[in-house]
Amino acid sequence: MSQRPEHTRRIQLHINGRSETHEVEPRQHLVDFLRQDCGLTGSHLGCEHGVCGACTVRLDGKVVRGCLVLAVQADGRRVETVEGLSETGEAKALQDAFVARNALQCGFCTSGMLMAAQELITTQPDATREDVRAWMSGNYCRCTGYQSIVDAVCDVLAQRRTEGAAA
Amino acid sequence: MKAPAFDHVKPRTIAEALQLMQAHGDDARVLAGGQTLLATLNMRLSEPRLLIDIGGLSELRGICLDGNTLHIGALTTHSAIEASALVAEHAPLLAQAAPHIAHRAIRNLGTFGGSVAYADPSAEWPACLLALDGRVVLQGPGGVRRVPASDFFLDLYTTARQDNELLIGCEVPRRQANDVFVFNELARRQGDYAIVGLAMAAQFDHGQLHRPRLALLGVASTPVRARAAEAVLEGRKLDEALTASAVAALRAELSPYGDLCNSPATKRHLAGVLAERALRSLLASHAPLTASA
Repeated sequence: MSQRPEHTRRIQLHINGRSETHEVEPRQHLVDFLRQDCGLTGSHLGCEHGVCGACTVRLDGKVVRGCLVLAVQADGRRVETVEGLSETGEAKALQDAFVARNALQCGFCTSGMLMAAQELITTQPDATREDVRAWMSGNYCRCTGYQSIVDAVCDVLAQRRTEGAAA
Repeated sequence: MKAPAFDHVKPRTIAEALQLMQAHGDDARVLAGGQTLLATLNMRLSEPRLLIDIGGLSELRGICLDGNTLHIGALTTHSAIEASALVAEHAPLLAQAAPHIAHRAIRNLGTFGGSVAYADPSAEWPACLLALDGRVVLQGPGGVRRVPASDFFLDLYTTARQDNELLIGCEVPRRQANDVFVFNELARRQGDYAIVGLAMAAQFDHGQLHRPRLALLGVASTPVRARAAEAVLEGRKLDEALTASAVAALRAELSPYGDLCNSPATKRHLAGVLAERALRSLLASHAPLTASA
């Protein structure tokens, strides 16, 4: 092969609303890139093969497994992490509900949980508790905090519906 | 784990992708949604030297209706199929199956074409294509060819696609009047690999089933049709007795492989459970108003 695998590639992308340019190795996945090259350590790596959901980030507005996307694939695209959703206040209702419901123990899964749940409350405002459980089934919590996590997400859904009905 | 080093190239045209596939052969892998490939790279089950990233070929993305055929571009994501009004109206089996595929974050990137090309015997789309009598569209250096789903899935992760061909899309027939569809699968948890699944399509007219196609996933090295059960059902009036006969025929004709958690006997039993539920759901949804339970 004429191309050497060690070559880096230049990528330009938007990370939490900021335009950035970086040099990355083709083999580097998105969350290693975010954590190591961008200092955004809110996204975590658990299993690193798409099972646990701790690495959940948004790519072009949709949640993805950050360990199953290469940084080079994010070239020209929009990436949002839990830091971004915290800065803009988008995830505030969920974050408050997680605190109120004590929906975390060690916190390792929490950023992934928040990213996944945020897409649910945006796309399925009428989701039932069963829907929440099915949706969140792709995110593991090894402290077994599932009940309180589902409670927290349901609280935000109920809160939004009450606000919607009052408006 | 971390993936081994590889190079990455993003062709701008299908022709360029085909040239790269030809030039690099088995040293290269095609990257579509990456939801299987990147996991295998991270686990070092696969160590290609080059990834040919077809993510930029926008002509392979999207769903359209052409006469009586629904075209699904290879790069159409599972989520896009789940949300598609065209799919819901003209190929509702696919809309029923989509939510069973893994989890939302994976459905947002994983592609229809990737799933069909990979040909995992536990995957949903290959079984759906088989039940729908769909076709796989392949493009190679010599042009485009179409392969019926029944001829496409040859063995475990093995298909009729040649090494120099790119899977560019799939075609399924548009739903006709009286067509009925049922998709269901059994898994330990939502989003897990199915233990066994059933994609069923048929015409249901005046209480009789015609051209029933029962495609099972998770029971063999490829998705398989339950031909004996289909023969039992063909042209007969669907009732409880016929359902029982069809389920018995299906259990008798299957020789499932076991997996780490489920014996062949369990899989055979569960396949029958799915067939029974599917047929009963047809009975319930099409029961005449005067029918008694």
